[in-house]
Amino acid sequence: MSLHSTSGRFWLARPFHERATQIFLGVLLAALVIVTVLHVALPRGHALHVNAYTVNLFGKYLSYALLAVAVDLVWGYLGILSLGHGAFFAIGGYAMGMYLMRQIGERGTYGHPVLPDFMVFLNWESLPWYWHGFDMAWFAFAMVLLAPGLLALVFGFLAFRSRVTGVYLSIITQALTFALMLAFFRNEMGFGGNNGLTDFREILGFNLRSSDTRLGLFIASGVALALGYILCRAIVTSKLGRVCVATRDAEARTRFIGYRVERFQLFVFVVSAMLAGVAGALYVPQVGIINPSEFSPLFSIEIVLWVALGGRATLYGAVIGAILVNYAKTVFTGVMPDAWLFALGGLFVLVTVLLPRGVAGLLPGFTRRADHQPKEASA
Amino acid sequence: MRRFLFWALLCLLAGFLPSAAAQTAAPGSDPGAALLETLDVDSYRDKGEAITAIVQSDDERAREWLQALLDGRLQRADDGRFVVVLDNAGRNWPVEDALTGEALGEMSRRELDRIGINNALRNQLRSAIAVVDLISPDVERRRSSADRLLGEVDEALAETLVPVIEEAEDDYVRRRLGQALAIYQAENGEMAGVEALSGSLHPRARVALNRAASGDDPVVADAARAALASVEQNLKLNRGVETLYFGLSLGSVLVLAAIGLAITFGVMGVINMAHGELMMLGAYTTWMMQQLLPGQPGLALVLSIPAGFLVAALVGIAIERGVIQFLKGRPLETLLATFGISLILQQLVRTVISPLNRTVITPEWMSGSLVINDALSLTLNRLYVMGFALFVFAALMLVMRRTRLGLEVRAVTQNRAMARAMGIRATRVDILTFALGSGVAGLAGVALSQLTNVGPNLGQNYIIDSFMVVVFGGVGNLWGTLVAGLSLGVINQVLEPWAGAVLAKIIVLVFIILFIQKRPRGLFPQKGRAAEG
Amino acid sequence: MSLLQEIRTRDRVFDFMTPRASRVDVRHGPILYLEDVTVSFDGFKAIDKLNLTIDDGELRCIIGPNGAGKTTMMDIITGKTRPDAGSVWFGSRHNLLQMTEPEIASLGVGRKFQKPTVFEALSVFENLELAMAADKRIFPTLTARLTGEIQDRIEEVLETIGLTGLRFQPAGILSHGQKQWLEIGMLLMQRPRLLLVDEPVAGMTEQEMERTAELLTSLAGKQSVVVVEHDMGFVRSIARQVTVLHQGSVLAEGSMDQVSNDPKVVEVYLGADDEEIA
Repeated sequence: MSLHSTSGRFWLARPFHERATQIFLGVLLAALVIVTVLHVALPRGHALHVNAYTVNLFGKYLSYALLAVAVDLVWGYLGILSLGHGAFFAIGGYAMGMYLMRQIGERGTYGHPVLPDFMVFLNWESLPWYWHGFDMAWFAFAMVLLAPGLLALVFGFLAFRSRVTGVYLSIITQALTFALMLAFFRNEMGFGGNNGLTDFREILGFNLRSSDTRLGLFIASGVALALGYILCRAIVTSKLGRVCVATRDAEARTRFIGYRVERFQLFVFVVSAMLAGVAGALYVPQVGIINPSEFSPLFSIEIVLWVALGGRATLYGAVIGAILVNYAKTVFTGVMPDAWLFALGGLFVLVTVLLPRGVAGLLPGFTRRADHQPKEASA
Repeated sequence: MRRFLFWALLCLLAGFLPSAAAQTAAPGSDPGAALLETLDVDSYRDKGEAITAIVQSDDERAREWLQALLDGRLQRADDGRFVVVLDNAGRNWPVEDALTGEALGEMSRRELDRIGINNALRNQLRSAIAVVDLISPDVERRRSSADRLLGEVDEALAETLVPVIEEAEDDYVRRRLGQALAIYQAENGEMAGVEALSGSLHPRARVALNRAASGDDPVVADAARAALASVEQNLKLNRGVETLYFGLSLGSVLVLAAIGLAITFGVMGVINMAHGELMMLGAYTTWMMQQLLPGQPGLALVLSIPAGFLVAALVGIAIERGVIQFLKGRPLETLLATFGISLILQQLVRTVISPLNRTVITPEWMSGSLVINDALSLTLNRLYVMGFALFVFAALMLVMRRTRLGLEVRAVTQNRAMARAMGIRATRVDILTFALGSGVAGLAGVALSQLTNVGPNLGQNYIIDSFMVVVFGGVGNLWGTLVAGLSLGVINQVLEPWAGAVLAKIIVLVFIILFIQKRPRGLFPQKGRAAEG
Repeated sequence: MSLLQEIRTRDRVFDFMTPRASRVDVRHGPILYLEDVTVSFDGFKAIDKLNLTIDDGELRCIIGPNGAGKTTMMDIITGKTRPDAGSVWFGSRHNLLQMTEPEIASLGVGRKFQKPTVFEALSVFENLELAMAADKRIFPTLTARLTGEIQDRIEEVLETIGLTGLRFQPAGILSHGQKQWLEIGMLLMQRPRLLLVDEPVAGMTEQEMERTAELLTSLAGKQSVVVVEHDMGFVRSIARQVTVLHQGSVLAEGSMDQVSNDPKVVEVYLGADDEEIA
């Protein structure tokens, strides 16, 4: 079967030999090319012209899709329902936001050469230590990976070591993001408090308000999604991926055949957190702001809904779900904002009760094999 | 006795007032009329004498006049009658005759002329009223009068107080007057006063001691400093007790919020994210009851207890039948689905009622506070909520330990398959358990409506905290929930003063995450093979 | 066998970090040695001063009425439950009480559970692949390739457990008996020094039982096998040495005949439940 024909290959090469991944990458590439062409080649006012606003919107969806893939990696394959992935997303976003803040330089309202506006406003004398280095792109981009990764490492180490799993883990992750939200709301934290970081001007020297930069960010999000997808696919098709599924379905048994389950969990959790961080870093320049609301438990749990709707343990389902829900949100909040929460709440119920396999389960050619209905250990 | 006191006080007043009053009562008429007449003069000095005269007159209405004068409500109508204004809001004021107490209907403010006073007179009036009150037959009045004298004693009053203290029947009055005297003495650098004030909690006592500490006599100053230190010590102790009280109060709210959750989670393994919204429904039920029974907030609150339970329990049953039963054995999906329900319920309240907070009235018997001493008073509503939490806890314990339902619930918790095999209808137990857990959430909401704003987000604010309580306490153990809830409440309040509310919350969360390292199954874990599930 | 060597030298990078004794030392005879082990749950003593010695290459059957502590004993050996007192040694070098479950497993203790637990979402083939003795650290697992050699070994075991035809089916669709066999197959892939087998023939047909008996006896000698079983016929067919547990400690030990004639054993079995010992 397909699995065993690819199992002899180099692990990172395996996804390219999978039909599903080929289709996914093809569709993604086609979407990137079409949007770019329609945006650049067609004149403004043409019926098929994709305007800068829409490109920006699509770019946002793609970064959400990457976030959803990260959540699916831990939830679908490891059985860890993280209700705190928004925290990793937000931290990645803050790392990027700090870089963008430092890029403003003297053009801020107060014109201070080093301090961002909000620090001048709070009468701070100098930059807090953790803001140093963020004027350099390479450092900030490294932090986009390392900061969420480190948080996931410490948190995951503590959680997995003491075998906190199931709903307990979900609750604790929710508490984590809640605690971070409270912390980031404080002005003393040095991240702009309530207002967060905003008024960005440029990234790597490109003006953030120009439509070319927006197109560039859109394409960057698409590429990041493709790379993240391939990495996750490579992980889940490796033997390690099968250990993850084994852990998901029978943790104790996996331990008894000699795998240090907590290390595998930790590894995948950290990878997932880093991907979420990248998604956040791509999201922030496209929306132009990062504030503590990204830490809200509601957002984190919404991500899980995207994955559930798309179909967990498929990865491409997560992408579908993220785009569908966010498109619906854009439409709904424009037309009747009050109904959105009803729709969202209803989706939660409908998907879990009626559509446990999500949209992906409805697609033709959906194989039961590796994605056999996950069995969860009760808490 | 009372007579003696009265005369003693009269002498005192005569002593410190500018001069003895001149009695100019017109024979045959009400002597009171003459007394009041003397008040309507221009000179404040003369008014002072008139006040003294009124005090000495032994007239029953004296206190009322003095109070009205102090409040600016003693006025003279255009027809020359003295009246007391009952309510001086608006244009026309209801008045009564100052002499006869007869209601005179409403009078226009233009027809009335106020008898003015100045600050000196105001002070004199306060002391005079206190003195009159000290001999009042009403104990409460004597006590509050003694309270008012703290820090207001001067030389003349001090002398008179000595016999009064000795004669006072009421312990409280005696102690208070003693304190008042001691404050006067300490302010004047007298050793006796300083010694008496050691450990006293009244703010005026501290002011007096501070003054004594900077006085000329080094011996007294030292003693004052020592006394101050003991006051500080005492204050610290009282603040500790207060923190503990607030902590226990917060803790009992957490227990109320978490205990229903502990039941549904412990028995069914179901994480009900809509638990907070069930609390919210309980709180809104209270509000609704008060709307239905206007003017009887107390009765409405009492009726809300069963009503809140029922409303939440019915909604809980609907959730169980409508959603949760289809997700058996899939706890994570249950969590997501119930979260969806919580969003719907919140939005429903926002749409149907209002996105704004509603006010729930606190009935009279629950407002106010229990005064322990000058530095410590316990608000009654919190005390009631604490008692209510304990009551709910005890009732649940009884249900679980002593009833058939409790037995079946425990059986299902421990071994579902076996319980079914023995003829327990597990589905029915599930429904009842969920109804019970939800109903308790409703009760928590009723209690919360007395402490915080009732709004659509009420539940959301408590849900994470209550999960923390359940995780901390250990699943399936009501005692664990009680201990965990109370201790988290206390920890939170202890941390708050030096860490701030937000940081305290964060510290508690981190603490729980670390705690789980040591004891993954909480404070009171279920042991043995049953726990492996 | 080279793979087995590999896991025994797990910390290849730093020589000084090589575990003091990665090889199981059985020069003194016993491969498993339990002394005065006691464990209690909420005051109930599940295991009470249990002493048990298993020799290298031995096939031992453990019987006992329900609640005698058989499964708890397995839990202790495999590191799932920590005893309140006592010591458990694997060979004469490894103190199992200081090791985690995966460490004990990689040392060569394999366990088959009472209720067969296989990875239902994975195929039969993948189940065996995961169980195989290999470098089970993260990166080797991530980059592991399925070589012809490994494939051959898996095929070999598939043959032994008679599941060749079902090898690409998810394990979830197997029958109860087939799951039992798959679990035994996973044990074989681990190539353990000591196999702990909890009720291997529950839910098996007469024929399957015979094959299981055959397999277990063929393993003995190369590996040590401890079988916990209720089915007395089955025990009689494979047992050389039988230990009777009762109330958490050893009641009798010896050959099947010796044990079944022991008056204490007869009393326990007749007194405790209706199960016949012979």
